[in-house]
Amino acid sequence: MDPFRVLIGRTVVLPMDDVDTDQIIPARFLKGTTRTGLGQGLFADRRYGADGTPRADFPRNRPDAAGATVLVTGRNFGCGSSREHAVWALMDQGFRAVIGPSFADIFRGNALKNGLLPIAIPAEAHARLAAAEDASVTVDLQAQEVALPDRTHVRFTVDPFARHCLLEGIDEMEFLLSQESAIAAYERTHEEPSGRGTSQGRT
Amino acid sequence: MTLARPRTLFQKVWDGHVVSPATADTPAVLFIDLHLIHEVTSPQAFAALRERGLSVRRPDRTVATMDHSTPTTPLAAGARAVILDPQAATQVRALEENCAAFGIPLYPLGHERQGIVHVISPELGLTRPGLTIVCGDSHTSTHGAFGALAFGIGTSEVGYVLATQCLLAWPPKTLAITVRGRLSRGVTAKDLVLAVIGRIGVGGATGHVIEYRGEAVRALSMEERMTVCNMSIEAGGRAGMVAPDETTIEYLAGRPFAPKGAEWDAAVARWQTLVTDEGASFDQEAVLDAADIEPMITWGTNPGASIPIRGTVPEPAGDASIARALAYMELVPGQQLLGRRVDVAFIGSCTNGRLSDLRAAASVFAGRHVADGVRALVVPGSQQVKKQAEAEGLDRVFREAGAEWREPGCSMCIAMNGDRLEPGRYAVSTSNRNFEGRQGPGGRTLLASPLTAAAAAVTGRVTDARELMR
Repeated sequence: MDPFRVLIGRTVVLPMDDVDTDQIIPARFLKGTTRTGLGQGLFADRRYGADGTPRADFPRNRPDAAGATVLVTGRNFGCGSSREHAVWALMDQGFRAVIGPSFADIFRGNALKNGLLPIAIPAEAHARLAAAEDASVTVDLQAQEVALPDRTHVRFTVDPFARHCLLEGIDEMEFLLSQESAIAAYERTHEEPSGRGTSQGRT
Repeated sequence: MTLARPRTLFQKVWDGHVVSPATADTPAVLFIDLHLIHEVTSPQAFAALRERGLSVRRPDRTVATMDHSTPTTPLAAGARAVILDPQAATQVRALEENCAAFGIPLYPLGHERQGIVHVISPELGLTRPGLTIVCGDSHTSTHGAFGALAFGIGTSEVGYVLATQCLLAWPPKTLAITVRGRLSRGVTAKDLVLAVIGRIGVGGATGHVIEYRGEAVRALSMEERMTVCNMSIEAGGRAGMVAPDETTIEYLAGRPFAPKGAEWDAAVARWQTLVTDEGASFDQEAVLDAADIEPMITWGTNPGASIPIRGTVPEPAGDASIARALAYMELVPGQQLLGRRVDVAFIGSCTNGRLSDLRAAASVFAGRHVADGVRALVVPGSQQVKKQAEAEGLDRVFREAGAEWREPGCSMCIAMNGDRLEPGRYAVSTSNRNFEGRQGPGGRTLLASPLTAAAAAVTGRVTDARELMR
């Protein structure tokens, strides 16, 4: 994974609360077996009309939004399904950060594991940012600060471990693998019986 | 002697699974007792294992089935299902190959134990009190009905659990939801949980593990508790739990993977300690009176947008999200849903696809017929549910009423397998999500109980099922 330190990017605003992962990528796009190419399904039912043509009223379809890397959206973004495809689809379309007042738990976790930074900022700063289309923002993960177009700075927090992993470009798997002796010790002493070995229902 | 600090049910299960505790800089390493996998969210995780040359650490703690993208088309006796969608077929084949390569037990299409992952694990007795259970599916919260700590994870985490049988997690907060008194006649567990979500909102439990408590919860059967815990995620909850009791123990006794003999006795003794101690505190609490809960139905595009069946659709009053939802649903503020024409009734899913749900639906279908122009789908949650329903003759009730009696799977809840709601159509569905396009692009979902869905099927309109109950 590439390290995430400073992101200078332009915003596109999707001014809606409770954007669920079915909106981010509808289930019919989940039938693949790889992490790639999911961008074509991103917001598919919002971006395109029933006849497949891009809808002019969808913010991302505006010509000036094509290069946006920061999605500004409403509260509880990413609620619903656990599909990590939502994160892969956003990243496939070039997004590197999502800024909103709050995020759903599973989405936030999935995003952090892939290098898509979920940034929760207070409502007042969020309202200012959401009012400015195609704004330029600078995200500094080390400082946990976003510089807004009006030159104000907003602080945010990311859990310290996820932040460390992002700054270093490492993933959680490495850390878990390094816990081998502790895991083995737990298995010897604490583990609940799985019930499989003695069962008549063994497959 | 010092008295132990009182702990919640959640805290006890969490504490028992900490491999390494959280520090200021690192989350806790949590041991996972049971990892359920399915065809849609696992292929990329197996690919990650292969890229790193890793194996599956505990195939004995991993169980696979296929449910999301599999067909539910009715089959002649003895016939084998054929997956016509080449992408779905590839995904299913990938699961078969991955399970074979890594030694993971699989209940494939056609197996007598195949079904929706959250239906088969409890049926098999794999889901038990005090376990940590994860699956790459947000409705893993279902298993909390047994007093397990069960939650949905993304595909990266599926890979971590395959490789290490552990996850990294910061301790969540706790939320007690107490439901006092008893539910009225004709009011179901689905209505209870829709009322809860309506009360606290779709983000109301974010960051929290819910414990459902109180007389109304204690009075629920295991299947009803599963319906409630299933939809914890629809309030944003990390998990939902119910403390195990006699109902839980009775359900588990004799299940294929339940402990036997002395192991069973030891397990029951352990399970009986899994209650929230007197004096333990929760980060948040909410209290509902069961007597206030009516049969519920959703009008909007998230599961929190519900009203009592005889209630009226709200006015936007300047709220853009309500206005948006009303436009999508083509509903007029201030009007009742009662009496509105519907096109489809969908009975099934991990929320309401178990035997008691089908019995409830059949009680409405019996002696009646699906209304003209309405399509009614009844999709059992598993092969075992199907078999039991057929043994009771429920399939005949559905067929004679003109409803489709289908093969088990997720079906029109997620619309990945060809079972799809057409654009602009209205479905009363027993599933868990009414998001825009969830049951098919442009489709409109009204979430409700099996009683309400069956009543809509036979009347062709949104109906208060209590009017049809004898």
